[in-house]
Amino acid sequence: MVASRGSSSNPGRVPALGLRVLVLIFISIMLMYFDNRDNHLDTVRTSIGVAVYPLRVIVDAPVRFWNWLDDSTASRNSMELELARLKAERLLTNARLQKFISLEAENARLRALLDARALVRDRARVAEIMSVDANPYSHSLVINVGTQDGVFDGQALIDAEGVVGQVIEAGLLTSQAMLISDTEHALPVEVNRNGLRTIVVGTGKIDELGLPFVVNNADIRVGDLLVTSGLGGAFPAGYPVAIVDSVTRIPQEPYADVTATPAASLGQVREVMLIFSVGAKETEAATDD
Amino acid sequence: MTRDRASRRIPVIMSFVFGLMLTIMPLPDTIAAFRPDWLAMLVIFWAMQLPRTWSVGTAWIVGIVLDASQGTLLGQHALALCCVAFITVRFHLLMRVFPVPQLTASVFPILAIYQFLLFWINGVAGVEAPSIAYWGPVISGTLLWPVMMAILSGLRYRTRSG
Repeated sequence: MVASRGSSSNPGRVPALGLRVLVLIFISIMLMYFDNRDNHLDTVRTSIGVAVYPLRVIVDAPVRFWNWLDDSTASRNSMELELARLKAERLLTNARLQKFISLEAENARLRALLDARALVRDRARVAEIMSVDANPYSHSLVINVGTQDGVFDGQALIDAEGVVGQVIEAGLLTSQAMLISDTEHALPVEVNRNGLRTIVVGTGKIDELGLPFVVNNADIRVGDLLVTSGLGGAFPAGYPVAIVDSVTRIPQEPYADVTATPAASLGQVREVMLIFSVGAKETEAATDD
Repeated sequence: MTRDRASRRIPVIMSFVFGLMLTIMPLPDTIAAFRPDWLAMLVIFWAMQLPRTWSVGTAWIVGIVLDASQGTLLGQHALALCCVAFITVRFHLLMRVFPVPQLTASVFPILAIYQFLLFWINGVAGVEAPSIAYWGPVISGTLLWPVMMAILSGLRYRTRSG
């Protein structure tokens, strides 16, 4: 674009090419430096992100259209089946919920006895995953809500079965989230059975998580449910994360080799819930004073 | 005249937009690692054909948009694409007279340099990625180059764009 100005007698030569490359490389390096060090460039990112938004919508549209078509052309028969299934499921869930309500009340009472703070229920918001591929170097996904909807960096993402990941870049209209299976992701958890605390890290595989810091003699078994411990602040406590599927104790090593399967189906989620952790914020406020 | 020039640019801009869409299009996990670097290939093509209009400046802007939309380090793809454009413009006279197989063979090292720059920047910034993430696109990009070139040459001929 810039090259069109100025003309040289030699038709094969592009004017001031070397100089322009050097200047642009220098600008790129400065940008990367500031982007990597701290988040000064978030506004730049956000504004370009808004410009790219229509493209994301267009790319997402065929998949969305296909789903819509699938839904709207489903036969009456299959819809009735689906409806029956959902009704049965709702009945079961409601039954479980009744028990849960009484348990919650009991829990609040016991906590009051122990003089502990009552657990506050977290607020959640449903977000749809856009069928758009993002960063090729990490396990991430793009969701259709942004800062406009109150999304913030570090916000926890769950689906019906467990923790999915967290928001790493909240844009204005869309946000990017990192899955718990990303190699750069680590999550403080505890074993639901006995409260053993440890850390779950991503392995880069979508169906496997690693627990690199479990000592050899720790009480952990295959089938143990790992839930978020709430330490670290990013994730509210008590959400299921993974189920331990192998424990190999190596006598000469300090740590056992433990792997787990994510509770959430990371590869095939279409909708996620964003947690607005009222509980975590209040705990923080409580520890401050 | 200026309006004419502007309308000639539209096909090129559209090709970049389309390339960006292909870049963010979802692919099954098995072949996602072999997604070609469409934008790098487009930069090579246009910088080779019309180096006066589309060269390092364009490549840099495309790269910044790519960085922002992918959430990579801001400037990473910009720098790499800039270098790709630079190499292409330096050798564009040579590359234009190459027959297709030879041209494809020379696109391979440029795509490899592009991926190497991304790899190198990731290394400095401390981003880990499996090596297939770097090699896959180079291989698929080289293999798809003749196809893309045929399509774009047709487009260019028909619309007299530039």
